[in-house]
Amino acid sequence: MAEQYTYAVARIHAKEMTLLDRQDMEQVLACDNYDEALKILYDKGFGDGEAFLSSEELLSYETQKTWNVISELVDDMSLFDVFLYANDFHNLKAAVKSVVTNSDIDGLFIRNATVEPEKIYEAVKNREFNEIPKHMREAAENSLKVLLKTGDGQECDIIIDKASLEAIRDAGRKSGNKMIDGYSELMVALSDIKAAVRACKLNKSLEFLKRLLAKCDTLDIDLLTNAASKNIDDIYEYLYLTKYSGAVEKLKISMSEFEKWCDNLIIDYIKEQKSNHFSIAPLAAYILARENEIKAVRIVLSGKQNNLDNSAVRERLRDFYV
Amino acid sequence: MENIGIVFALLGAALAALMAGIGSAIGVGMAGEAAAGVVTEDPQKFGKVLILQLLPGTQGIYGLLIAFMTLTQIGILGGDASVSFAKGLLYFAACLPMAFVGLWSAVRQARAAVSGIALVAKRPDQMGKSMIFAAMVETYAILALLVSILSIFGIAGLSL
Repeated sequence: MAEQYTYAVARIHAKEMTLLDRQDMEQVLACDNYDEALKILYDKGFGDGEAFLSSEELLSYETQKTWNVISELVDDMSLFDVFLYANDFHNLKAAVKSVVTNSDIDGLFIRNATVEPEKIYEAVKNREFNEIPKHMREAAENSLKVLLKTGDGQECDIIIDKASLEAIRDAGRKSGNKMIDGYSELMVALSDIKAAVRACKLNKSLEFLKRLLAKCDTLDIDLLTNAASKNIDDIYEYLYLTKYSGAVEKLKISMSEFEKWCDNLIIDYIKEQKSNHFSIAPLAAYILARENEIKAVRIVLSGKQNNLDNSAVRERLRDFYV
Repeated sequence: MENIGIVFALLGAALAALMAGIGSAIGVGMAGEAAAGVVTEDPQKFGKVLILQLLPGTQGIYGLLIAFMTLTQIGILGGDASVSFAKGLLYFAACLPMAFVGLWSAVRQARAAVSGIALVAKRPDQMGKSMIFAAMVETYAILALLVSILSIFGIAGLSL
């Protein structure tokens, strides 16, 4: 029942008031240096008065803060698996590579995930794939086998990335929520377009592309694969026929413009949740809005650290949820 | 079986109190959850959200009023408690508008109140408007209350 989230949604809507908007970000941008920018962020509630050694530490604290709030409000966190699977598969990739190269695992893993990274590492190391969730097993086994046999890191990445997208799409379908389902579809479709364009620019074969792209509902993967195996104009021609036609103009400019367009598309997609008061969707939207906010802060802070021109930083900023 | 009239009349009174009361309990509870969510983040908004939380509570009072009036008319609260079968059925029917509209309007009003609470959380200066949105639903509870009251008083004058 949607009403079971009434408290949670009301609290999240109240919390949205503390999200940074473009005006706040302009204020941070207007600072003379990195330290001043940090001070403004602290004043706006970032870090909760704690001391941090680096901006990355501050931002991971903020990410954790979001998940702490959500876990306080929702009993069944599996509803949000769709947002965490990418981290799980990143950890799997790191585990497979460190097992094969016998390297140190310190600092390799992302903490916000559905499975303990050490558990994945141990499972891969001991070849006990039953210890990790079902949707990761095949990818873990195959990527390890490929990396041990060929030493081809790219092939290992392809196996895991595709499995990650398939798991995300599947989690979206299973969530039973239209917004989360739609988000997973959007994620997979946009990742497919990005991967197809990159592979096309590297003149990858049709066989390679077939192993690269994950199935989704809004793109015909066979057509996209065929187009990508020919040339970039064929991809554009195909994309014009889909709901992602807006991507073409951005792709013609640059990949970073396309990535910005993707992020804005997702923010645009979740914006309607601001006026939804009765389902899990506004909570999911808040997670994405916080991710977007943290990404924006990272862009601004790294701009300040590297003394970049404000207009260059401003160009890279995405739309805001509030 | 000769007292079946009063059974129907009492059933009607009970339904009015019961269903409108259930609606209000659901509504006030739902709006209360939303209000608590907002107050968790901003305790200063307690006064504003409390008013919105109370709006779906009126249907329960209307239900109680109809039940009380019916009980008075049929003599259960004192006087002669003899009601004919036809009159009993009429009292039963007279209570139905308040019973059903009371239940449904309270639940729907609660949804409007929850949305209003979210509006107040983001724009405290829009308190008046958020109250109007929820209060609009009240119109239909009042109309049902009127029909039930007029019917109950009308039945008393009938010679059946």
